[in-house]
Amino acid sequence: MDIKRTIKYEADRVSGFGREVMAVPGCEALEHCIQCGTCSGVCPLSIYMDYTPRQVMELVRSDFKNEVLQSHTIWLCASCYACTTECPRQIRITDIMYELKQRAIKEKVYPKRFPIPVLAEEFTKMVHDYGRISETWLVSKMYLRTNPVAALGMAGLGMNLMKTGRFSLKQDKIERRSELARIMESVDQQNQKAQA
Amino acid sequence: MKYAYFPGCSLKGTGKAYEESLLPVMKHLGVEMQELDDWNCCGATAYMAVDEGKACAAAARNLAIAEKSGLQQVLAPCSACYLVLNKTQHYLHEYPGMRQTVARALETVGLRCEGTSAVRHPLDILLNDIGLEAVKQKVTRPLKGLKVAPYYGCQIVRPYATFDDQTNPTTMDRLLEALGATVVKWPLKTKCCGGSLTGTLPEAGLRLSYILLKEAIKRGADVIATVCPLCQFNLDAYHPKISARWEPVPIPTVYFSQLMGLAFGLPDNQVVLHRGMIPMKPLAAPAPAAAAAR
Repeated sequence: MDIKRTIKYEADRVSGFGREVMAVPGCEALEHCIQCGTCSGVCPLSIYMDYTPRQVMELVRSDFKNEVLQSHTIWLCASCYACTTECPRQIRITDIMYELKQRAIKEKVYPKRFPIPVLAEEFTKMVHDYGRISETWLVSKMYLRTNPVAALGMAGLGMNLMKTGRFSLKQDKIERRSELARIMESVDQQNQKAQA
Repeated sequence: MKYAYFPGCSLKGTGKAYEESLLPVMKHLGVEMQELDDWNCCGATAYMAVDEGKACAAAARNLAIAEKSGLQQVLAPCSACYLVLNKTQHYLHEYPGMRQTVARALETVGLRCEGTSAVRHPLDILLNDIGLEAVKQKVTRPLKGLKVAPYYGCQIVRPYATFDDQTNPTTMDRLLEALGATVVKWPLKTKCCGGSLTGTLPEAGLRLSYILLKEAIKRGADVIATVCPLCQFNLDAYHPKISARWEPVPIPTVYFSQLMGLAFGLPDNQVVLHRGMIPMKPLAAPAPAAAAAR
């Protein structure tokens, strides 16, 4: 039996984390959270989450960095923005979830074969390399990295797409790929400079 | 009326029925759509999860190309593209830091994005630029007796309600009624379909799609009309998986533009109903008396 402590100690906190997140443009309003739970109530996925959106908001504000960055919650957010529109304190909860996802990827603290962040990474790579997404390749790459066996279960879906003329193995790409690459490179350089 | 057209990746891939049906419908209404030169992926929901600055810069490249084209209005039919391009405009206007980063990045390739173009959804254009009266005039085959559940999904009304109500949008309802269809009361019209979770976490993602399909049938709908390629994919292509997990919920999901093409009497290759996995039943032929009266 795996017995775990269910109450947090103050020593678990990473001092300054909440302030840091709340300083990011779009995340400022978190300071005003009244813990009403509207976000958790309207969230269609909260029933699958380890921490509800309301709990995540408080954990961030109270510096529990490791708990939120390692939570499933941030990856279960499907970006439906229901919480953001319903929040009585105008907190952009979806955008805060995005901020947390970025930090989790940067610090590589998500489960390795967890398909959701892997999909996000493969998506980004494909945009970087080709400028456009080809769905078949994107999904194939995600399965290869997470669960190759499950890819077999997708064969039927592929067949059906073929039957309706929606299946393509062509990798779509833009013409001025170097232009896009330079834009991205410039953002990276500016970010590095800002961090230094 | 001329618009810069941003198709997005899905409309060239699994969501091609959307483009195939929307272009002829718009043309039929006298709207000109000029595809944006060398457009790139908007970034969808995935890029924002990895790097916000680069996500904004990539989206802003498209806006910059649109501005360069001289067309002030960008038509973005895909919900994710529509949201991301709008969100980028908001970020550029609201956050000076982001504006500066993006401006500098675009400058390296001689592009500029002032954030002046309006990113618009076809429903917005149909109702507010073209008008329902003009749409009605083109209807030659009213969708009499067809009960439609209008599905808006998330990202065209949230978080930026630019042309419709956030909790109870009605633009598609009104459009469908103008086509002669009966709109079914369906309170799930803005509930999430599961997005990309249908593929990454089927238990959670597919269940959301299943709930939508089941409820649409319960409410007596013959068909679900959608505005989003991902919603269409989830509600249609995953049907065998949903059936296997829970129960069969065989109701077709088509783009609103396909129903428009049908009502306008456009040829089959412009209505492309064969792209759907759950086939839509053919409309009842108009009664001879009614046909004669017209």
